[in-house]
Amino acid sequence: MSAIGPASVIANGPAFEAPDPEVPDFEASVSARTRTARRLAPSTLLGYALPCGVFAAAIAAWEALVRFNDIPPYILPAPSLIGATLIKDWAILFNATLVTLRTTVLALGLAVVGGVGLAVLFAQSKWIERSLFPFAVILQVTPIVAIAPLLIIYLSSGTAVLTCAFLVAFFPILSNTALGLASADHNLIELMQLYRASRWQGLVHLRLPAAMPYFLGGLRIGGGLALIGAIVAEIAAGSAGQGSGLAYRIVEAGFRLNIPRMFAALVLISFCGVVIHVVLAALSHLTLRRWHDSARRKGI
Amino acid sequence: MTLGRTSPLSGMMSSPLRGPPPRPAVKAGSVALRNVSKTFSNGTVALSNLDLEVREGEFVSLIGPSGCGKSTALRIMAGLTAPSSGTLEGGGGADVGFVFQEPTLMPWATVFDNVWLPLRLRRMSRTAAASAVLEALALVGLSKFTGSYPRELSGGMKMRVSIARALVIEPRLLLMDEPFAALDEITRFKLNNDLIRLKAELGTTVVFVTHSVYESVFLSSRIVVMASRPGRAIDDIAVPAPADRDEAFRSSPAYVETCRAASLALHGAMAEDDYL
Ligand SMILES: Nc1ncnc2c1ncn2[C@@H]1O[C@H](COP(=O)(O)OP(=O)(O)OP(=O)(O)O)[C@@H](O)[C@H]1O
Ligand SMILES: [Mg+2]
Repeated sequence: MSAIGPASVIANGPAFEAPDPEVPDFEASVSARTRTARRLAPSTLLGYALPCGVFAAAIAAWEALVRFNDIPPYILPAPSLIGATLIKDWAILFNATLVTLRTTVLALGLAVVGGVGLAVLFAQSKWIERSLFPFAVILQVTPIVAIAPLLIIYLSSGTAVLTCAFLVAFFPILSNTALGLASADHNLIELMQLYRASRWQGLVHLRLPAAMPYFLGGLRIGGGLALIGAIVAEIAAGSAGQGSGLAYRIVEAGFRLNIPRMFAALVLISFCGVVIHVVLAALSHLTLRRWHDSARRKGI
Repeated sequence: MTLGRTSPLSGMMSSPLRGPPPRPAVKAGSVALRNVSKTFSNGTVALSNLDLEVREGEFVSLIGPSGCGKSTALRIMAGLTAPSSGTLEGGGGADVGFVFQEPTLMPWATVFDNVWLPLRLRRMSRTAAASAVLEALALVGLSKFTGSYPRELSGGMKMRVSIARALVIEPRLLLMDEPFAALDEITRFKLNNDLIRLKAELGTTVVFVTHSVYESVFLSSRIVVMASRPGRAIDDIAVPAPADRDEAFRSSPAYVETCRAASLALHGAMAEDDYL
């Protein structure tokens, strides 16, 4: 979504500005043109075509670079070879993708439950927040790569990977949601007081909805981080000879100098990242589009 | 809430025919501040020995220079702030409607859901609340916008939603803190007329904070002029006109006379204020 934003703005630009002296009702003509500019095929098409075209051109340049310079595949495989490897090794790679994705989604789910739960707990009392927040901060500032080996000793490798992914996704969700819960409109809080709302009613009717945009922002960050956490932990676990996620396949292919497969796995990781981003961005947009300013069309 | 066939809000009207419902010792629609002082924790004396009595069915405006404690007085009446000394009689309670200076709507909720909120907090389901919510929205002329979100409304419409939300609980006492301050004059006149009509229809007691002398004279049965440092009442002006007023009242001699008297009192209050 964000990738096509700027392009479509550029593409729509002139259509908005061109003055039309024939139409007397300025507002009507502007809104009519806005509507056509949005619906009209060429500009929308260009909005999609431009980034796709640039991307395809970059891939083609890569292919050409490898072919004309005769770069051997164990140094830099051509995109066509990576594609072929993807197909050839599909069974292994697809399974690995599922493993990594499952870890990521599960970790993100747990992070949502834990992060929102703890944020709600924090919102109940300053003292709970003061006493527990330091732990959350310590977990956040300690690099996950440094924690992973320890977790792998303590836990089974699957659980360790899940825990790592959870830990990195947890903090942005917690801190964003806590901020959101605390930033409900002061007048609305007084309104709740005036109507004798219970603490629970205030949470459900005011604080949680007010925290929604913040939570969704945290969720988008957490989604990306959960994947990174899973990958990092898989690499740590993989070197100990365990696991079967995408990162493990990369490490394994590295040992065998199977560079095309490394790239193929990398492509799948990126793909997972993009899918997670797009899904969460869409979720956020659908939830907020009717009321929150972040979901408006950009002005400047 | 007793929802009559004709008007769900009819319960609010003080109807002599129906006989009085059981009431507490202090009439629900009246409110009084007795010798109230308020000193904030930072040492600011916002109110000092303020006596203010609002009887059932009155429309009282508070005017005075900025910072003289009008909002503080209103918040004490609503029970949102406790007085440092003195007592509050009536007011408080869940029977009070409060309209903030800003519309203060929940941006994530539709117009309907915003107005539903006070009833929802009383555990009333959407269907059970529907007729009262629609009635309140009809009173402020927003029946067509039940499904809109606040950001899709103009400033005046948002204000009317917030008034509908205050009305939906059939308050005996309606407290309004400069509700129309941010609006243009035309919208403001329109809402002034609406408020007069609502007041006549519902018989609610209203305490209304404004910084406009003209608005206060047009709306009120009584105007309390306040002065600052420390905040206190210095004048109490009755408006000699019946409650059902229309635009013609704005050019009547009574209106002009009262405006002059109120302006004079306000200038007196301001002259005392060394800040202004
Ligand atoms: N929460 C608070 N803490 C400290 N001082 C406050 C607080 N609220 C109000 N005051 C002070 O109390 C005084 C009265 O404030 P108040 O808001 O009641 O004035 P007002 O008459 O409503 O003014 P305005 O017309 O500008 O709204 C002011 O001097 C203000 O600085
Ligand atoms: Mg004020």
